[in-house]
Amino acid sequence: MKIAIPVEEKTLDTSVCASFGRAPFFLFYDTETKESIFVDNSAATSTGGAGIKAAQIIVDNEAKALLTPRCGKNAADVLDAGNIKLYKTISDSVKENIDAFMDKKLSVLDDIHAGFHGHGGR
Amino acid sequence: MTIAVLSGKGGTGKTLVSVNLAAVAKKSTYIDCDVEEPNGHLFFKPENVSDEEISVKIPQVNNELCDGCRRCVEFCNFNALAYIQEKLIIFEDVCHSCGGCVIVCPQNALTEKDRTIGIVQKGHSNEVYVKSGILNTGEAMGIPIINSLLSENKDVCDDMIIIDCPPGSACIVMDSIKDADYCILVAEPTVFGVHNLNMVFELVKLFNKPFGVVLNKCLEGENPAELFCMERNMKIIGKIPFDNELGLLNSNAEIVTRKSNKYKELFLELLDTVKREVQHETITNP
Repeated sequence: MKIAIPVEEKTLDTSVCASFGRAPFFLFYDTETKESIFVDNSAATSTGGAGIKAAQIIVDNEAKALLTPRCGKNAADVLDAGNIKLYKTISDSVKENIDAFMDKKLSVLDDIHAGFHGHGGR
Repeated sequence: MTIAVLSGKGGTGKTLVSVNLAAVAKKSTYIDCDVEEPNGHLFFKPENVSDEEISVKIPQVNNELCDGCRRCVEFCNFNALAYIQEKLIIFEDVCHSCGGCVIVCPQNALTEKDRTIGIVQKGHSNEVYVKSGILNTGEAMGIPIINSLLSENKDVCDDMIIIDCPPGSACIVMDSIKDADYCILVAEPTVFGVHNLNMVFELVKLFNKPFGVVLNKCLEGENPAELFCMERNMKIIGKIPFDNELGLLNSNAEIVTRKSNKYKELFLELLDTVKREVQHETITNP
């Protein structure tokens, strides 16, 4: 199963990025093959709607789950349409979160914020 | 003559200044561009009010025609579109109504429809023509309403037009002041007030607008906003005291210049100063 995590740098030792839409990179990790791929987040410098574009990247890379500290309403709508499950990260460490996910210790992210720009969340 | 009244934050006295300037001018138009929280009408209580709905164009998709080329998704600078599970998703709140997606679609799968975002209310209060923009709750972009409020003014240029701006210095304020001949910056006598005054000061400089400062809620002793103006050679065109009588009238939604001679004179003097400043500006920078 392929999972996605917003990360600060292109290495497994990096930390989870506090922002989903404007994270510099996404880590796509295959839980069966242990293969990891880092993808540039082209949404990071968007004028607006970064969450929507970032979610499109997650869907296009065929992840089945997203591990993130937070997620906005619009991004959550896109991920939901793409049948991607959201899980809340438990620490800054990418490795800890992957391990926790494999052990089924991560809880579902349900506190979706309304966005920081007055969009969404009506 | 078009005068815009602005400040870096809410509650400094923009509405107090604009409502009363419009009220003491013989014949005037008062325009409330603070579309997220318009309150000038509470003071004017205009009569014979008419409502006009304001809408924007947003795209709608015909999924039968869409072949998933994603040109619209890639085109949109605001990422208002996503293509998921062979279906186009449109985020109406994020759309800036540029119409670009409709143009780039090679299948003609996108068309435009109207979406109502608020209303413009027009009425009269004595000799003041009162116009208010009201953005629907939850809407993000008030600029189309402001454009509608300001569009018809070009033909009534003989009157005094007072624009009550939204707080801050964002796009919505830029739109409100773009046609103004003169800007009045309203400031509070605090350090925080100075920070907010500086925001609008930077804005009017950027737009190269002539401006003057009205110091509101003035107390005895040192006024940080006044010091700030003096240090930067910013013209102070009026001072309003921190006064119980004024606060009471204002909180009862009374127009102070219609109730108190003292304030009628204060605002008449301010209006004269503004007119002189604008005339001076026209002579020196025609």
